[in-house]
Amino acid sequence: MPAPHSIELLRFNTCGSVDDGKSTLIGRLLYDSKSLMEDQIEALERSADITGGGQINLANLTDGLRAEREQGITIDVAYRYFATPRRKFIVADTPGHVQYTRNMVTGASTANLSVVLVDARQGVIEQSRRHTYIASLLRIPHVVIAVNKMDLVGWSEARFQEIRDEFESFLPLLDLKDVKFIPMSALNGDNVVEPSVHTPWFAGPTLLGHLETVHIGSDWNMGAFRFPVQWVNRPNNPRDPHLHDFRGFSGQIAGGIVRVGQRVMVLPSGLKSTVKEIWTLDGPLQEAFCPQSVTLVLADDLDISRGDTLVGMEFLPGLSSELHAKVCWMHPRPLQRGRRYLLKHGTQIVQAAVTTVENRINVATYQAEPEPPELAMNDIGEIRLKTARPLAYDGYVTNRLTGAFVLIEQGTNATVAAGMLHPPLESVRPEYSDFAI
Amino acid sequence: MSSYHLDHLQYLETEAIHVMREVAAGFERPALLFSGGKDSICLLRLAEKAFRPAEIPMPFLNVETGHEFPELIEFRDRRAAELGAKLIVRSVDEAFAKGIAAPTPGQISRNQLQIPVLLAAIEEFRFDCCIGGARRDEEKARAKERFFSFRDAFGQWDPKNQRPEIWNLYNARLNPGENMRVFPLSNWTEMDVWEYIRKERLEVPNIYFSHTRDCFRKGGQWIPVPPPHTDSSKPDPYAGARPGPNENVRSLVVRVRTIADMISTGMIESPASSVDDIIAEVAAARVTERGSRADDKASEAAMEDRKKAGYF
Ligand SMILES: Nc1nc2c(ncn2[C@@H]2O[C@H](COP(=O)(O)OP(=O)(O)O)[C@@H](O)[C@H]2O)c(=O)[nH]1
Repeated sequence: MPAPHSIELLRFNTCGSVDDGKSTLIGRLLYDSKSLMEDQIEALERSADITGGGQINLANLTDGLRAEREQGITIDVAYRYFATPRRKFIVADTPGHVQYTRNMVTGASTANLSVVLVDARQGVIEQSRRHTYIASLLRIPHVVIAVNKMDLVGWSEARFQEIRDEFESFLPLLDLKDVKFIPMSALNGDNVVEPSVHTPWFAGPTLLGHLETVHIGSDWNMGAFRFPVQWVNRPNNPRDPHLHDFRGFSGQIAGGIVRVGQRVMVLPSGLKSTVKEIWTLDGPLQEAFCPQSVTLVLADDLDISRGDTLVGMEFLPGLSSELHAKVCWMHPRPLQRGRRYLLKHGTQIVQAAVTTVENRINVATYQAEPEPPELAMNDIGEIRLKTARPLAYDGYVTNRLTGAFVLIEQGTNATVAAGMLHPPLESVRPEYSDFAI
Repeated sequence: MSSYHLDHLQYLETEAIHVMREVAAGFERPALLFSGGKDSICLLRLAEKAFRPAEIPMPFLNVETGHEFPELIEFRDRRAAELGAKLIVRSVDEAFAKGIAAPTPGQISRNQLQIPVLLAAIEEFRFDCCIGGARRDEEKARAKERFFSFRDAFGQWDPKNQRPEIWNLYNARLNPGENMRVFPLSNWTEMDVWEYIRKERLEVPNIYFSHTRDCFRKGGQWIPVPPPHTDSSKPDPYAGARPGPNENVRSLVVRVRTIADMISTGMIESPASSVDDIIAEVAAARVTERGSRADDKASEAAMEDRKKAGYF
């Protein structure tokens, strides 16, 4: 049996306003990378006969639901899968309507890379500023600005450069580390999979070439060890003496590396112990890292349950019930000061009250408008929260998992906000212990 | 391992284990849907990875149409026993007897009838969550499905009213009567499933491998000839689904690619006799997996309609 070689997975999302060519681009990537099957092409042709006057419409591949097909718009996040010999890809197709910012946040939250489309004829519009802002807010490690429909501007290098300059006039205001510009025509396939004959002036890679090679090895946090306890593993097996007393803590490592013999602290209690065993079905490990799922056995019998966090003794997190965060509001019922929600952070859910709505960020100008009366759906702003129990957390800037939360409305159980925590003002000290617990 | 780096299967695995544990911790009475098919075989291994050395903290549930491949049933029962899990089986026939469901006149396939039977089982055992093996790459309507798919008190899926899923912070909260369908394999492709089966050396029912079988042509596909009707005290469960006297029955070397039941599974002609062969075949395939299922061909929105009604 030939050893299967190791293939990485890259997750990306596409964003742009309506008609910038997102669906066409994804269709093109699937089509040109030979990821489409005969029956999918057949279905495309069938619907082309009905609705498209006989023209195959690559965009139809990604417009999944009937309601959307009927309205002719994509209204939600759809996921697509394709692979090349070098990588596997998960694409979150997120729509461009202003009112669907929340969908972009959803699709981008797990992405390694964002593709921001602009129509070469229109250049930078408000949506482009919004999308780059969200990519920055969510700390997407890599961004591609796809300047699409270059065929409609005569493949003008000057036009491409003009759009690029326009972006570069505001990109310094954002926290994007890696931004690439690619001129393309999704419709004709130029610079999507195959290099274009129309852009001799462009030395960069095609979009797929970039997706296949961009370095994503360091996109996970390998800094401080963080382990939100998800489930307590207690076999209670009377027959097997080892299992009789087995008590493990199962979870997915949310940051850093853990080793057998390492000292760890439990938060919020401050109790300390040593990692005795890293248990997996495939046998014990000497070390494990983010984002592996493992079961940890500790040397001491401590009272630990779901929602607690195990952390390494170096680079300790913040621990507080007063939180400061940016949120993207996702629900038609607006956020108002004083309202109470459930807050999910890591593996715990706590009661939280919004004490202050500090500002709303104008995502076109990046200006903060102070003290808005409320945050409406798709608004982004800074708030302060008070939680019923202290959270062990990091700034979202340092860790996309331990710095993130969602708010849930009580009663309806709707997910109403995505939150990104500001870095803690102070960290837990190694000698910390909560005697009250 | 010392490179601190996960390949695509390890990434998909850790994501799925995380989802499984969220279910175990977040629901009171979850169940895992296990049919014996390749996707649910992966689910079982992931459940072992998530919950061992403890017992898998949920029963397995399967809804039978009564037209199952016998090989699948044998495999299902044996695997559940090997894992020490409780297996609950509910069938369309039973549902007829209890009046939960009624045969659709003129409709031989019982695919649609699995819906009320599943909903009745959810009610009977008061399951608040069912883990299923569906994947987003299977079909267009599934591409928008969430990991945690919220269903109202009637088991219905409302594509416009799904909760946004951000990072790995799943919202598992329910009000009484509502329930959740959870799909840990959401991000897996058909290829990933087979690669995982190879990597983990998982056993699959032998109908996935090539064998000789009598088939007949229906709806552009090779449908297996049902087993002979022997128990004359009962009506033939395959009445109407057997090849007619003039139909061309052929003995072919075939295998299944995706399993529905005997009535709606198109067999593909294939010499693939090992998992490696299957992986090579999937890599070269020019038709999607669901292209061989009669139940999806009916209309472009077929899956979407079934999902809205409570299907997986
Ligand atoms: N000329 C030209 N038209 C394009 C290009 N990309 C997309 N289009 C057209 O622009 C329209 C909108 O594209 P679509 O992919 O549906 O946009 P979406 O709303 O962003 O998904 C369609 O008519 C496409 O055929 C391109 O590169 N060049």
